[in-house]
Amino acid sequence: MTATTLRWAIADGWTVARRDLMHWANQPMTIAAGVIFPIVITLAFGYLFGGAVKVPEGVDYFAFLMPGMYGMTMLFGLSSTMIAVSTDAAKGVTDRFRSLPMAPSAVLTGRAVADLLHSVLILAGLLLCGLAVGWRPATLSGAAAAIGLLLLLRFSLLWAGVYAGLRTRNPGAAVTIQAMEFPIGFLSNAFVAPATMPGWLGAVAEWNPLSATVAAARELFGDQGWGGDSWVAQHAVLMAVAWPAAITVVFFVLSVRLFQRLDR
Amino acid sequence: MAAISVRGLRKTYGGKTALDGIDLDVAPGTVYGLLGPNGAGKSTTVRILTTLLRPSGGRAEVAGFDVRTQPRQVRGRIGLVGQHAAVDELLTGRQNLEMFGRLHHLGAAAARARADELLERFGIEHPGPAGEYSGGMRRRLDLAASMILSPPVLFLDEPTTGLDPRSRTEIWQAVRDLVAGGTTVLLTTQYLEEADQLADRIAVIDTGRVVAEGTPEALKARLGGDRLDVVVHDRERLLEAAEIIERVAGEPAETDPGTRRVSAPVAERVRTLAEALNALSAAGIEAEDVALRRPTLDEVFLHITGGDRR
Repeated sequence: MTATTLRWAIADGWTVARRDLMHWANQPMTIAAGVIFPIVITLAFGYLFGGAVKVPEGVDYFAFLMPGMYGMTMLFGLSSTMIAVSTDAAKGVTDRFRSLPMAPSAVLTGRAVADLLHSVLILAGLLLCGLAVGWRPATLSGAAAAIGLLLLLRFSLLWAGVYAGLRTRNPGAAVTIQAMEFPIGFLSNAFVAPATMPGWLGAVAEWNPLSATVAAARELFGDQGWGGDSWVAQHAVLMAVAWPAAITVVFFVLSVRLFQRLDR
Repeated sequence: MAAISVRGLRKTYGGKTALDGIDLDVAPGTVYGLLGPNGAGKSTTVRILTTLLRPSGGRAEVAGFDVRTQPRQVRGRIGLVGQHAAVDELLTGRQNLEMFGRLHHLGAAAARARADELLERFGIEHPGPAGEYSGGMRRRLDLAASMILSPPVLFLDEPTTGLDPRSRTEIWQAVRDLVAGGTTVLLTTQYLEEADQLADRIAVIDTGRVVAEGTPEALKARLGGDRLDVVVHDRERLLEAAEIIERVAGEPAETDPGTRRVSAPVAERVRTLAEALNALSAAGIEAEDVALRRPTLDEVFLHITGGDRR
């Protein structure tokens, strides 16, 4: 790749990403709803169900819940990426991009940048909500590392969403994925400690990639962990890097191949 | 040099043959119509010519460049208007055109200026997001987005499918204006009227092959000249009238009980007309209306592709 093609790949990628930023400006209510939704869920769980949830001794439920909700919002990104990608494919926008003399990679890199920025915005809103309900990270460096791991999870799910969107090319199919997000979240340590689940279910929840990121985030934010003593629970930070790395490798390769094979 | 030149183009998906050896030559500055039913291979042809799809065999050149080996050069010289209005519905018309201008590497200022020009030229006045546009205006925006660099060759894949008659006429006028400016247009359509209205030449495509090619006039002439239509007064005697007309014309006649119409190709116009009327009147069948006319493209189409369809 020459310097000129690389420069155009970056410029074109930014033009495609900028398109989403213009959506925010054009549809402020949609973006506001996107920021408010996880806050509402957080407050609902914290104030309505919080009292009934069994948490480790001496832990405030909000301190336990907040990292879980941060992880959940990363998970919600899966369907939003899939909807964006499949809508473009179904409406012929992807084909139009592919028929232009632009850098082909920009279609995917632009999507990745836009979706990460979107998640940063939503995560920022939820962090403020956390601070408002009394949750506090112990150290700034720990908080930065936790946020990095959360966005790493989002980055990996982004490619899963791109793959699903290109595969189905049908925004309606994203409803199925969307419907699975909460069950995946419930079957993790985001809302409750896996130790309180039936044995085999707790094991599944502990191995859930979302649990790894949430457990690592809890550790780095300086909150109490879920108190698990299994190998995964003890190596949360390692798993919070390993899972997203594995998901990224698999779905990035699949997505790029599928995108390139659109011309077969 | 032809604007589009296609030789023996083939495309197979899995074991299925979508294109089975297509040949096309499109002269610069003309409108070429690809006419055929759903699944005939029209869109596959357009997707190959616009570098979206790789051919399985054959050669295709657009604006002098090979679509397989020089896709970048081809992309810089074409515009594509696909079956859906491929614009961002959350962006305004101006934002859409600016974005596509940047992706054509015009630079921010030039992209803005070009967007202004195109908005005016295509009569796009709505200031809101494209999702709020009428179907016709969204299609015009789509057309404008394909004209950022005034490409010499423009592909229109069923550009008026799903549009109301008024929007359809607007799009036709926009296409005529582009052609008057020297653009070569390859158009696919299921609407015979559209091909008849716009195209200088037409290729009729069926199951991945060109089954007929020529000017709209020449295609109509292939049906054997004019047709005689007779509307009988008494529906009961429609079949009897058809037999008489078949005998006089020496060609099979079609009947339509709903309109009480008999229709048959005629070689010798006036003599057949006179003989048919005499024979009908001798049989005591009253004719309400009689007409000699050129065949419609619908009839040409059914005639050409009908063999394996019935």
